[in-house]
Amino acid sequence: MFAYILRRLAIAVPTLLLLIVLSFLLMHLAPGGPFTQERALPPQVLANLNAKYGLDDPLWRQIWNYVWGIVVHFDFGPSFVYPDRTVNQLIADGFPVTLTYGSLAFLAAVAVGITLGTLAAIRQNTWLDYLAVGISIGAQVLPNFVMAPLLVLVLTLWLGWLPGGGWSFSDPSFWIMPVIALSTSYMASIARITRSSMLEVLGSNHIRTARAKGMPEHRVILRHALRPAMLPVVSYLGPVFVSMITGSVVIDIYFSTGGIGKAFVDSALNRDYAVMMGVTILVGALTILFNLVVDILYAWIDPKIRY
Amino acid sequence: MPLLRIEDLSVRFRTHDGAVQAVNNVTLSVDPGETLGIVGESGSGKSQLAFAVMGLLARNGEASGRVRLDGQDILNAPPKVINRVRAEKVAMIFQDPMTSLNPYMRVSDQMAEVLVLHKGLSKRDAVAESVRMLDAVRIPDARGRVRLYPHEFSGGMRQRVMIAMALLCRPKLLIADEPTTALDVTVQAQIMTLLADLQRDFGMAMILITHDLGVVAGACERVAVMYGGRIRELGPVGPVFADPAHPYTQGLLSAIPRIDARDDELAVIPGQPPDMSRPPPGCAFQPRCAYRRDACDDRPPLAPFAPDRWRACFAPLDELRAGTKAFP
Repeated sequence: MFAYILRRLAIAVPTLLLLIVLSFLLMHLAPGGPFTQERALPPQVLANLNAKYGLDDPLWRQIWNYVWGIVVHFDFGPSFVYPDRTVNQLIADGFPVTLTYGSLAFLAAVAVGITLGTLAAIRQNTWLDYLAVGISIGAQVLPNFVMAPLLVLVLTLWLGWLPGGGWSFSDPSFWIMPVIALSTSYMASIARITRSSMLEVLGSNHIRTARAKGMPEHRVILRHALRPAMLPVVSYLGPVFVSMITGSVVIDIYFSTGGIGKAFVDSALNRDYAVMMGVTILVGALTILFNLVVDILYAWIDPKIRY
Repeated sequence: MPLLRIEDLSVRFRTHDGAVQAVNNVTLSVDPGETLGIVGESGSGKSQLAFAVMGLLARNGEASGRVRLDGQDILNAPPKVINRVRAEKVAMIFQDPMTSLNPYMRVSDQMAEVLVLHKGLSKRDAVAESVRMLDAVRIPDARGRVRLYPHEFSGGMRQRVMIAMALLCRPKLLIADEPTTALDVTVQAQIMTLLADLQRDFGMAMILITHDLGVVAGACERVAVMYGGRIRELGPVGPVFADPAHPYTQGLLSAIPRIDARDDELAVIPGQPPDMSRPPPGCAFQPRCAYRRDACDDRPPLAPFAPDRWRACFAPLDELRAGTKAFP
């Protein structure tokens, strides 16, 4: 197991390098650059800027310098658009925010989704099942850019219970709406996956054995069915966790939370090369890490899986 | 007094294509310590009969009639009641030992939970008792292997684990639903010997559901032949096999390939099993029967015709006995 984890982490290095090179190339393939503006800069100014940020070097040299800076100094470079900010600072400011509301939204989605899906499965074809399925479909078809303004409308403008935007680490009332808006559609997917996988498990032979042993129904569900039913859910949760903690541009814009979701989209629009690369690498590294976590969880759930 | 008394038991399933009548008006009893075989082809209702007794029917199934086990009504009993009866009075083992054990739990955990729940033993005592039971089903090095997961056992060993788990609370009745079908022949023989020994040692009754007539001949005292959800013939194994009193029993027996016969072709019962959502009128076997007559459009009742022997057929016995070659 330990050797397996080490091997997987070792494979992560070339994977990340490949990700960096490909993103770098794609980024430079896109027309325009960080200093392209409506009013063209004088050629001399542009040349000076390009020289300052190394954009006049050949591409392979830029990639090399970039990777070298990360490996040796853990320096993801300066922002090309905000001259006094580095990528490290931008991420250090924004990531804790998205990490906070993202992980809370993840926990909420998992807790509610699994409970709802399980209840729907064990009460299949009853009003409880239809209600749970109805809620999931509703939550799934309501996109967060509709959900977010609705929440603001009701909870801030009508009821005045919650602040309509902004962020504070010390005041949880700022967290509630981002968490709700981000979690609902994921919650719905988790509920649907849990329901169908639970139904499948409940029809399996070893569940019949558990019943034949006179196990009470709650024990059949919790002790015998839940664990295998979680396998498909867990494989879905790995990538979902990453996309949730790296934030959502919709949440960041509607609630002015200042997370990296907005920073990422802005960087793409502004061709802020370094910020774009920084966030891409963060998401890539987290994805690789949590795919590994999912595989480890698999081995923990299913004793037949051994690495 | 019989240990198990099944009266007028019927099982039906609601499906999208209408109701399927899987078991019809079955009346049967099993004495303490007795072994009753139930034979019939796939879809004859033999497994559903057992599931109904155990209360293990699928969600869309419903059972009617009466089942008394050891003086207690158990058919459609509330969960609290039936959960006490299961494992403590009647246990069941299944056809497919590869999937019938929980692949996600150690054998020790799945066995011990039975004793913890039903007998109130501590986990430690329950595991110790489980090891003793694994010894009793002759699993070598039971103490060392009790902590393993099911996939670390072979098919035959898994069926032994299933048997050990079923017997933990010393039930008075064991229902074995095709316990050897998924196993290879040498292992089949071992399992059947084991079951016979355990049955004797624990003094329990057994219902053995199978389509292997050889197994029935070797293990059972009485046999019930089922077709289309009904009992067609019921009686002691020796007389039934020597002198079958129903054309279907006759057909089943003549379909057993014989090693001393030179025929290249195997004997078959012509036709298909009945579609139980639209059963034929009268006797469900008549479309395939070589002895059919006009009376068969009415349903023949299961009636006694000799001591301990019952059959549901209108064909005269003399005709059946004379025409033993009716199935080519």
